[in-house]
Amino acid sequence: MSLLDRHSGFVHALREAGLPVSVAEGLDAVRALGHLDLIDREGLRTAYAATLVKRPTHRPQFDLLFDLWFPAALGAGEGNADRDPAHRSGKPPALDPEVQAMRGELFELLLSGDEEAMRAFARMAVARYGRSPNGQSWFSSGVLRAMSADTLMASLLQAVLSERGGVEEAAARRMFRNRMGAFEQAVGTEVRRRIAEDTGVERTGRATVKPPLEQLDFNRATRTDLAELRRQVHPLARRLASRLAQRNRLGDRGRLDFRRTVRASLATGGVPLTTHFKPKRPHKPELVILCDASDSCQSFAHFTLLLTFALREQFTKVRAFAFIDSTDEITKYFAPGSDVVEAMRRMTREADLVWLTGRSNYGHAFKTFDDKYRDAVTSRTSLLILGDARSNYGPLALPIVRRMAETARHAYWLNPERPRDWDTGDSAASTYGDVIEMHECRNLTQLAEFVELLA
Amino acid sequence: MTLFDSPAQVAEALAGVGYLPGPEIATTVFLADALGKPLLIEGPAGVGKTELAKAVAAATGAELIRLQCYEGLDEARALYEWNYKKQLLRIQAAGDRAWDDTHDDIFTDEFLLERPLLAAIRREDPTVLLIDETDKADVEVEGLLLEVLSDFQVTIPELGTITAKRRPFVVLTSNAARELSEALKRRCLYLHLEYPPMERERDIVLSRVPGIEEGLAEQIVKTIGALRGLEVKKAPSIAETIDWARTLLALGLDTLDAQAVKDTLGVVLKHVADQRRAVTELNLG
Repeated sequence: MSLLDRHSGFVHALREAGLPVSVAEGLDAVRALGHLDLIDREGLRTAYAATLVKRPTHRPQFDLLFDLWFPAALGAGEGNADRDPAHRSGKPPALDPEVQAMRGELFELLLSGDEEAMRAFARMAVARYGRSPNGQSWFSSGVLRAMSADTLMASLLQAVLSERGGVEEAAARRMFRNRMGAFEQAVGTEVRRRIAEDTGVERTGRATVKPPLEQLDFNRATRTDLAELRRQVHPLARRLASRLAQRNRLGDRGRLDFRRTVRASLATGGVPLTTHFKPKRPHKPELVILCDASDSCQSFAHFTLLLTFALREQFTKVRAFAFIDSTDEITKYFAPGSDVVEAMRRMTREADLVWLTGRSNYGHAFKTFDDKYRDAVTSRTSLLILGDARSNYGPLALPIVRRMAETARHAYWLNPERPRDWDTGDSAASTYGDVIEMHECRNLTQLAEFVELLA
Repeated sequence: MTLFDSPAQVAEALAGVGYLPGPEIATTVFLADALGKPLLIEGPAGVGKTELAKAVAAATGAELIRLQCYEGLDEARALYEWNYKKQLLRIQAAGDRAWDDTHDDIFTDEFLLERPLLAAIRREDPTVLLIDETDKADVEVEGLLLEVLSDFQVTIPELGTITAKRRPFVVLTSNAARELSEALKRRCLYLHLEYPPMERERDIVLSRVPGIEEGLAEQIVKTIGALRGLEVKKAPSIAETIDWARTLLALGLDTLDAQAVKDTLGVVLKHVADQRRAVTELNLG
């Protein structure tokens, strides 16, 4: 494949993965390559990243595809011979002297943190242990199991610490964990590269690239995704807040501020060159959130709550209630300055959400809400209900919802399911949807769009 | 006319003025210079975005012109403005002279107040133009920047079009408080700065805090890394790492034990919740 073909194939693959790469940016990349030494692979990566990737959340997709389109080695790579799995000794890894020797090498690498050597090591490890038993494909699990880097932690810590416990151990533990993560990543990259050699780059790329973070489905997020999403909530809230503040300010010329205008005109001999205006008072709604805290909606509720509480200053007052088959107020867990992770933990542990079964029962939940907190919803309130509207075939309490929706200034329902799944099984989406406006909300982008509509 | 010949030379020149760049930073700075494109730097607060622009200026002997963005920044503050007061004086002093003469007089260079963008374009010597915290400015300013940064020219109705004789090296920084427009991003090279790897941060501490021992610097950087790893509200910046090193040095401490960390935590963590979190997660007792 010529360099030009490779370039256009790569750009095409990026677009397919959801990165907005324009024609002009592609040209910039080519121009940048002309100034660099093409032998330097990391330089090449930097040049492509600087010209094509303009959002940090897109970087993982970019790195994955770059490693596929511009692989670090071909075949087994320099100095490594593929080993036929048939020749592998039948011993369990713990007793295999070869495995133990490799683990010794890995130990030294983790200790020194040499990235280049680590990648070479990963290449070798995959060549030896990454082949599936029938020899037709490549897997990282075999390599990771044989190397079982996690079990090296204790001796690694022993090697660098004089005594255990305290700050030093926490810091060292974190460092080694990062390096182990890097090793796992290198193995993953290498496995994908070997697969791509067998089945073609395009297919492998399509099969392995996940959507960018902001389009990631809440319901399908893994644990690492969740931590990353949580980190995104604060920047997102700040972005939203400044945009909302800006919108409030747009056309914010209130009445003429006569005093300031005359004051300013003194400098120009009484000619009022600059006029000053009094700012308008922005309108801030009150917000009441009612969220389904059952397992099926947990991660979705999690982000919506975090985001709205991060946006506290955009609303005069935020009150939040969680329900499963009973309802309780959870506002107190999100007091200013409190820790987000802790808040979510306390909410699930302490709040009184379970009445009988611990399975969602919208009817009873709305009824409890109506009994205990009826005065929370007033004509100044924006009401926000979060949930998948799956009530386990239980009662729906429609009259109560209708009354709440009529009392509130605005009322919306956010549903984390795809519209095509609404009304399937026990979902009462359109029954509720007739009473209260229902929106699909499955990822950060949709959530952000909705919050803008709300404030 | 470019400022640098190769990424290696960028790294060397920046290191010479006390900024230690990783290979990615050096290559991107080199490319921005070679392609004559503005460089947009994003990343969390305190990773050295503004410092990088200053270092490029210092390393090449270029003059640094800085435009600090804020809400309500307008064309008059960013580009140019007529000196109305002086013009009024001129008209009053003209007395009985014909209006036509005076009229031609008051729109000349003498009455033009140049602001950072115009100043950077008109300079003939090497210039680094730093547009700081671009995300703070209103959307209209982005439009203005688009026009100025793609052609490096400005049109002043009374004077005509002014084109840059020598393109300045432009650095835009942003904390991503607001998403910048696609159009602006398209015209820039992009660099996402993160906290530097441990070894590099240790070297930064060693070069910035004279008299500190390598062992202590390493301990400090490791602890800072652990603190950033917690989900804190405001992660400690590089500047705070340096402050911490200076603090410990001033207190005469040569190792960093749990008590020392606990006593000086206020230098690096500036939210009560963050401090509490650090104390429990790191077993500071």
